[in-house]
Amino acid sequence: MSTHSTSTTTAPKKLVSGAMSADLAKEGQRTVAAPLGHALVEAARRDERIVGLSADLAKYTDVHIFRDALPERFYQIGMAEQALLGAATGLAMEGYVPFASTYSVFATRRAYDFLALDIAEAGLNVNMVCALPGLTTGYGPSHQATEDVAILRGMPNLTIVDPCDALDIQQAVPQLAASDGPTYTRLLRGKVPLVLDEYDYSFELGRAKLLRDGADVLLISSGLMTERALETATALEQDGIDVAVLHSPTLKPFDEESVVSALGKGRLVLTAENHSVVGGLFDAVSRTVAGRGLGERITPIGLPDEFLDAGALPTLEDRYGVSVASMVARIRSLL
Amino acid sequence: MTMPQPARTTQPPAATAALDPERIERIREAAHRIRQYALIQAEVQGQGYIGQALDIADVLAVLYADQLHLDPSDPTSEDRDRFQLSIGHYALALYAALTEAKFLPQKELQSYASDDSRLPMSSMRNYTPGVEISGGSLGHGLGIANGVALGMKRKGSDRFVYNLLSDGELGEGSTWEAAAVAGHHELDNLIAIVDFNDQQADGRSTQMLSMEPVTDKFEAFGWIVRRCDGHDVPAVLGHLIELREIEDARPRVLIVDTTLGKGVDFLEQREKLHFMKVDDAEWAAAHQKLNESAGR
Repeated sequence: MSTHSTSTTTAPKKLVSGAMSADLAKEGQRTVAAPLGHALVEAARRDERIVGLSADLAKYTDVHIFRDALPERFYQIGMAEQALLGAATGLAMEGYVPFASTYSVFATRRAYDFLALDIAEAGLNVNMVCALPGLTTGYGPSHQATEDVAILRGMPNLTIVDPCDALDIQQAVPQLAASDGPTYTRLLRGKVPLVLDEYDYSFELGRAKLLRDGADVLLISSGLMTERALETATALEQDGIDVAVLHSPTLKPFDEESVVSALGKGRLVLTAENHSVVGGLFDAVSRTVAGRGLGERITPIGLPDEFLDAGALPTLEDRYGVSVASMVARIRSLL
Repeated sequence: MTMPQPARTTQPPAATAALDPERIERIREAAHRIRQYALIQAEVQGQGYIGQALDIADVLAVLYADQLHLDPSDPTSEDRDRFQLSIGHYALALYAALTEAKFLPQKELQSYASDDSRLPMSSMRNYTPGVEISGGSLGHGLGIANGVALGMKRKGSDRFVYNLLSDGELGEGSTWEAAAVAGHHELDNLIAIVDFNDQQADGRSTQMLSMEPVTDKFEAFGWIVRRCDGHDVPAVLGHLIELREIEDARPRVLIVDTTLGKGVDFLEQREKLHFMKVDDAEWAAAHQKLNESAGR
């Protein structure tokens, strides 16, 4: 810790954590407001089975858009995550397709037993849409779901989705509803960046896709880290470093084939995830590599295996090596 | 909104006086067979949740021989009442009741908790016709019942969802989350039944984590509450009829005070155990005592 100074005139201004409703988008970036909420309304207008639920966080998971458009199809369960998943279970048993929202930390840490036994074991079409995955808030460990994927990857039957942007979310919603089993989506909410429309890309549940090819480096990424991977690739282009980006928005079932076909080309291979380096994308890729008997070295970019600090996101992203600047520096150092 | 005060355990249900004696006798006979079926299954294992199966037999007889709208030839019919066993370890009682209700052939009881059986030790929805939910991890059932009750209201069903809990299960916080949700959403198509046998794994429920006064707690959560002796068939039947028919927006709960091992005197008197062991030589005596207690 730095010592306190009696004069504040020379000290750099400290960034503030920001309110819970703060958006992730950078100034001037193209965004879509509440993509989940609008996509859910659209899907629900076509599919009578869809209902929405929340545990006192509709407004903070963009499900308030659904609530306001289709109030008779929305259930406010209150601040009771176990009851939220129980109610979603019962509605699914009666033939409805629930989308249940809360924060990732509460769905995974608090209500795990209910997600496991009521929903996943029964194989019900319950779709959890959960905000604040990984490092997307400066509130500290109470709200930072840095190990949610690690918690859930061991759960049989469960599909896990880590979308990059608004397009991923919009295109995922009808596919989540149409898939029979349970899903867990790491939700980006508010003004969500629009990134992937500039690529020859569409979201397909269970599939990873190569967004750009490159001869020197392969970045395998998921979630919002795909946006940073693309920016990293652009930045490294200035130095003549050619970076490929393979985006894997579905973390389970994991698209091993796409990963394997991208390996073995003599490139520096890294994973980039908005999650602990334990139990997430890096482990899924490593497992693939080991399982196929491939000798490839994989370098993880992700959050450290520790409870994170509270603070402002830009500060924390630099501190934990997940900002574009730190990714660029990391890759340069490895080449 | 002014609501009539719920009746207490001492107050008999309004409907009891009108009950046909033949109807009561038919239920008592069903209860006797449910106990016999429970003993047949338990003997396959030599041990198990025998005490609980015997204590809940009268309630299950009222439900499966009288109250539930069910069709054993179509176990998932839309037009059915949903009976959910939250306490999965009461499986042998449920299989006995499903046998009584013709969902299962009697000979299948011999397969209880055996390899590849449809009758696992703890009841699960994907194994057995007529089993609606997977129990086992306690504190789940009432929350699921809420969702089913909401779903049935969405589709305009006038059937009911019943959820059987235990007194020990009231220690799980999720049970009270669910109780609050049911009250708040006015799930008047939900009837919970709490088996109050005052016994859980480590001893008497009231000495582990007492949830008394249970009636007051449910009332405070916005429920209509009744409580009676779970072996008093006319009382159980009368209350369940009333809870189904009463015009009121609240969810309903019947708390039944029961005796572990009911119907087999040496099991009733045995040191109370959550998981009872019965010696090989005792099974014949158990059947005999059961018949004696039923006046047969």
